[in-house]
Amino acid sequence: MARLNVNPTRMEMTRLKQQLKTATRGHKLLKDKLDELMKQFLEIVRENKRLREEAEKALENAYKNFIIARAVMSESTLGEALMIPQQAVSVKVTGRNIMSVNVPVFDFQKESGRESTIYPYGFAFTSGELDSAMKSFSDAMEPLLRLAESEKTAQLLAQEIESTRRRVNALENVMIPNYQETIKYIAMKLEENERASTTRLMKVKDMIAKKAIEERRKQDAARFGA
Amino acid sequence: MSKVGIIGDKDSVMGFLALGIDIFPAYTAEEIKKKIHQLAERDYAIIYITEEASLKAGESLAKYKDMELPAIIVIPGIGGSLGLGMNEVRESAKRAIGADILFSE
Repeated sequence: MARLNVNPTRMEMTRLKQQLKTATRGHKLLKDKLDELMKQFLEIVRENKRLREEAEKALENAYKNFIIARAVMSESTLGEALMIPQQAVSVKVTGRNIMSVNVPVFDFQKESGRESTIYPYGFAFTSGELDSAMKSFSDAMEPLLRLAESEKTAQLLAQEIESTRRRVNALENVMIPNYQETIKYIAMKLEENERASTTRLMKVKDMIAKKAIEERRKQDAARFGA
Repeated sequence: MSKVGIIGDKDSVMGFLALGIDIFPAYTAEEIKKKIHQLAERDYAIIYITEEASLKAGESLAKYKDMELPAIIVIPGIGGSLGLGMNEVRESAKRAIGADILFSE
């Protein structure tokens, strides 16, 4: 692992130690977040799968009926019958917060007056097959709408999980080892400096002692030698 | 209040008209991409798109996947399911978990 490019000073080390502490704490928190997100996601994606199966089945049924209806009616009659819808679907979008991921919640409102308005045409010129086709489309509506909500939630959670995991990995495998190595490097460098200054002091002491001895010898020689 | 739209070939989307969903028949890749961007900018919270159309739209769907709205949902067209819709679910599972555990059974 690469160590950071910093000056090996005590102050720098204190700063790095603080950062390491923050990084470790952040790593733990993110990891917890990831675990919880994963738990939520598994539930949601299972639901997503189930809803999709349900919706696709309902839709297949609707298409089947629609094909039959189309077969027994002329294209223009069919077009005319469906041209002006009697009901309008609108969604009220509210948000939900799953582990700080904002996901949409869809609330559906059918704007129609009467129960029979899934048939936007008069019954005189259309076939009974079209009626049953419309009925099955209407039945497919509910699963389709719930699918939309569940699938979007799953997608958003998947994205959040991906980026959280990336962050956890970056902290775990890059940032934290880097800090640790740099701190170790500074600590060693400081110790080395300390040893160097100790030896220097010893050396200086030696030199002073030597000088004192020589001084003394000279004095002694002056006193007794002459 | 947001709206619901569907993009695809005419035969597939026509049945949705009576339900009050806005239909946008589109055939070429250009048309489909343009429609997706248009609807996303407008007030559409949910956009259904047929599997055939989603194939042609290609990358332009990916951009909206990470956004909160709109939800672009792939559904089978009138020709039957190609399994692309289920593939979307599988993809998000793979993206989150890193492995395809959900569908392995």
